[in-house]
Amino acid sequence: MYKGGKIIAALIIFVAFLTFPFFYNMGKANAGPENLAANLKQAAEPQCVESADYMRTNHMQLLNDWRQAYVRDGQTEYTNSQGKTFEVNLDTCTKCHSTGSSSNAAGLSNPVANNVGVSNSAVDTSDQFCVSCHDYASVKPTCWDCPFEPEGATK
Amino acid sequence: MLEKALTGSKKYWAWIIFLLAIIAVGFMAYLKQFTYGLGLTGMSRDVSWGLYIAQFTFLVGVAASAVMLVTPYYLHDFKKFGKMVIFGEFLAVSAVIMCILFIFVDVGQPMRILNVLLYPQLHSVMFYDMCVLCGYLAINIIVGWTSLAAERKGTHPPKWVKFFVYLSVPWAFSIHTVTAFLYSGLPGRHFWATAIMAARFLASAFAAGPSLLVLLLLIVRKVSKFDPDPPGVGAIQSLVKIIRYAMIANVFFYICEVFTAFYSSMPGEMHPFEYVFVGLHGHASLVPFMWTATFLAFLGILLLVFPTRKNKVLLPIALLSIFFANWIDKGIVLIIAGFVPNSFDRVIEYFPTSNEISIVLGVYAIGFLLLTVLYKVAISVREEKAQ
Amino acid sequence: MSINRRQFLRRAGVVTALGLGGSFAFTGLRGTVAEAASDAGYKTSDKSLTAKHWAMVVDMSKFKSEDDIKRVTESCVNIHNIPDFGNPKDEIMWIWQDDYEHTFSGGDNEYLTESFKELPFMVLCNHCENPPCVKACPTGATFKRSDGIVDMDYHRCIGCRFCMGACPFGARSFNYRDPRPFIKKTNPNFPTRTPGVVEKCTFCVERLAKGEIPACVEASKGGLIFGDLDDPNSEVRKIVSTKFTIRRKTDLGTQPSVYYLIDRVGGGEHA
Repeated sequence: MYKGGKIIAALIIFVAFLTFPFFYNMGKANAGPENLAANLKQAAEPQCVESADYMRTNHMQLLNDWRQAYVRDGQTEYTNSQGKTFEVNLDTCTKCHSTGSSSNAAGLSNPVANNVGVSNSAVDTSDQFCVSCHDYASVKPTCWDCPFEPEGATK
Repeated sequence: MLEKALTGSKKYWAWIIFLLAIIAVGFMAYLKQFTYGLGLTGMSRDVSWGLYIAQFTFLVGVAASAVMLVTPYYLHDFKKFGKMVIFGEFLAVSAVIMCILFIFVDVGQPMRILNVLLYPQLHSVMFYDMCVLCGYLAINIIVGWTSLAAERKGTHPPKWVKFFVYLSVPWAFSIHTVTAFLYSGLPGRHFWATAIMAARFLASAFAAGPSLLVLLLLIVRKVSKFDPDPPGVGAIQSLVKIIRYAMIANVFFYICEVFTAFYSSMPGEMHPFEYVFVGLHGHASLVPFMWTATFLAFLGILLLVFPTRKNKVLLPIALLSIFFANWIDKGIVLIIAGFVPNSFDRVIEYFPTSNEISIVLGVYAIGFLLLTVLYKVAISVREEKAQ
Repeated sequence: MSINRRQFLRRAGVVTALGLGGSFAFTGLRGTVAEAASDAGYKTSDKSLTAKHWAMVVDMSKFKSEDDIKRVTESCVNIHNIPDFGNPKDEIMWIWQDDYEHTFSGGDNEYLTESFKELPFMVLCNHCENPPCVKACPTGATFKRSDGIVDMDYHRCIGCRFCMGACPFGARSFNYRDPRPFIKKTNPNFPTRTPGVVEKCTFCVERLAKGEIPACVEASKGGLIFGDLDDPNSEVRKIVSTKFTIRRKTDLGTQPSVYYLIDRVGGGEHA
C-alpha cells in the first residue's frame, strides 16, 4: 500500500478518537436509576402531567414546548390528554420530583443538578433527582443554567 | 490540488509555523473568553461592539473587492487581469472566512448561531448578512477552484461557472451594502445614520481590497517563479488606477459627511465627529488614530496620482498607506465612534484587552494561513503549467 | 480494486447523505408520534392581566427622596436576580435613574432651573410601538407581544448585541460574565440568565400572567402608573390625553410607551 505506514497509523488514531466516548465511560459506576420499578408503580398514583411512559420518552420535548408556550406565547396553563390542567412552570414538576420536598410522599426518584460546568458550586451531587437517570443515560441536562435548582438539590 | 500546499521551501514552512503559533495563542485566548464570557474584552454596556465586529466590517470590504477584478475581466473582456483574478477570488475566500470567524468569537452564545437560520427573521438585516456572506463564500470557492482546476488540466472551465461568475458581481456589491445597512438602518446612532454609508463602504472597500491584493501580488512575484503581471502587461497599474479613484471617492464622501455634520451644526451629528477628530468631553483616545488615517489617506492618494505610483519603492508605500488608512477608519474608528456619545449623551471609551487582541491576531492568522495555502496552490499550478 | 480519489469521495458522500437522510427519516417519524400524544392545549390563565397596549406614566412629582428611587430600582433587582458586578463596564440595569439633560435629547437649556435639571427620571425599556431592537434581532429572541410588551427569550438569544446597538434609549444590558455569583438576593422563583445573552425590563410579564402589576409599579407608591393605553378608562390613558407628558427621543419615531408627567412637579419651591 502506498504510504501504508502513515495511513494505518492515521486510521488507528482516527478510530481512537471516534471510540473515545465509549472508552471514557467504560467502567464508570453508572448504576441504573434506583428504585425505578417501585417508582414507576408509585408514579401511577400521583398523576404526572402525562403518563409515565409518555414522560419517559418525551419529557425533553414537553419541557421545550412548555418553555415555548410560556416565554413566547404567554400561555401559562397546559391541559393534558386527560383534560387535567397544570400550571406551565418548572415548579409543577419539582413539587413532586424533588428530594426532601414534603409533597414528595411517593419518594419519587428525582433529577438533581449534577452539572459541574455551572457556576453554582452549591450543587448537591447526591444520586437522587435527575442524576439518577441522566447519569445512567450519560445525558447532561443544561436546564439549571437559568432556572434555579429546586430545594433539596442545592446544599 | 490541495496537496500542492504540502510541499514548499524552508521559508514557506517557517511562515506556516509562525502562523500556527499565533493561531495557537489566539485559540487559548478564545478558550479563556469562552469560559469566562465576553467580559474579558473591552466591550461594555455602552460600547457593545468592539474590535471583533470592526474587523468583520473591514474584511467584508476586502472580500467584496474581488469584484474589481472580476468585472473588468469577465464582463468587459479586459484580458490584462487574466492572471490575477484567481488571487482576487482566493483573497475573497480568506476574507469571508475571517469575517465569519470574527462573528463567531464576538457572539455571546456561539453554539446557538444556527438559530439565525432556524428562526429566520425577514426584517433583520443581520439575517440577510449571514445569507449573503455564506453565499459569497460559496460562489468564490466554486468559481476559483473550478477555474484553477480547469486551467491545470489545460481546458476551459465548464460553462456553468460563467453563471456563478456573473452572479458574483452583484453579490459582491450586496455583501458590503448589507453590512453597511446593519449600521445605517439604526435610529439613534448618529454617526452611522447616513444615507451614504453603503457608498462609503464600497468606495473604501474598492480602495483597500485591491491595495492589499497588489501588495500580495508583489510578494507573489518575489517568492515564486510565477509573475501575475509580466512586464509589458500593466495589469497592476490598471488596478492602481481603480484604487486611486476609489480612494478619492472615499475621501470625498468623508468630506461630505464632515460638511453636513458641522455646517448644519446639529449636536447629534457633530459630537461623534468631534470625538474622533478633537475629542469630546475630555475623551480623545481615537484622535491620534483618526489623524493618522487622514494623513495616510492623503499621502496614498498623492503618491498614486503622481508618477510616483510607478516607483518600485513608493508604490508599496502608497498602497500600505491606503490600506491602513481604510483599516483605521473601518477597523477601529467607525464602530467604536458609533457608540460615542452613548444614548444618554455621555462618552464611554473603549479599550481592547490583551486577550481580545490575541484573539483578533489569531483570527487574522487563520485567514492568512488559508490565504497562503490557496495562493500556494494557485502559484504551484501555474508554475507547473509554465514548464 | 483500483478506485481513484474522486470516485472514493463521491461514494463516501453518497453514503453519508443516505445515512443522514435515513436517520432524519427516523427522528422525523418520532417527532410526529410525540406531537400526536400531546395534542393537548395551552392557554393563558384567567387570572392574567391583559391589555392591547401596556404603557407606563412616570409621575415625576412622586420621586422626591432617595428612598422613592431606591424602592423602585431594588424591587426590580430583587425579584429578577439582577447581578451587581460593581463596575460600570459590565453592569446590568433594567430600571434606574438619570437626570433631565441626559435622559432627553435635543440640546441643553442653560436657563433651566437647577431643581428641574436634577429631577430623577426613572429610565427603563420604553416598550416602543415600533421597536428598532425587534427589527434588528436576527433570531426573534426579542419580540413584540400582542399586548405591546417587548419581551425577551433568553434561550434563543445568540448574544450578537445588535439589539443593543439598535436601541436608541440604552435600555439593554448584556451578560458579559456569569451573573450568578453577583446576585445579592436570589429569588428562587425567577430564572437567572446565562452569560452571553442580552436582557432588559419586560414589564414583569411573569407577574402580569399571575394577575399582578409590575414590581416597580407596586413599590413606587403611585410614582409609576401602569395600564392599558388602549382602554379609554385607564388611568394612563386619562393622564396622557389630558395632561402634558413628554417621552424620550420622539423624533426617532419608535413611539415609546413610557410617558413622563412633569405637570405636578415644582409645586414646592417655585409655587
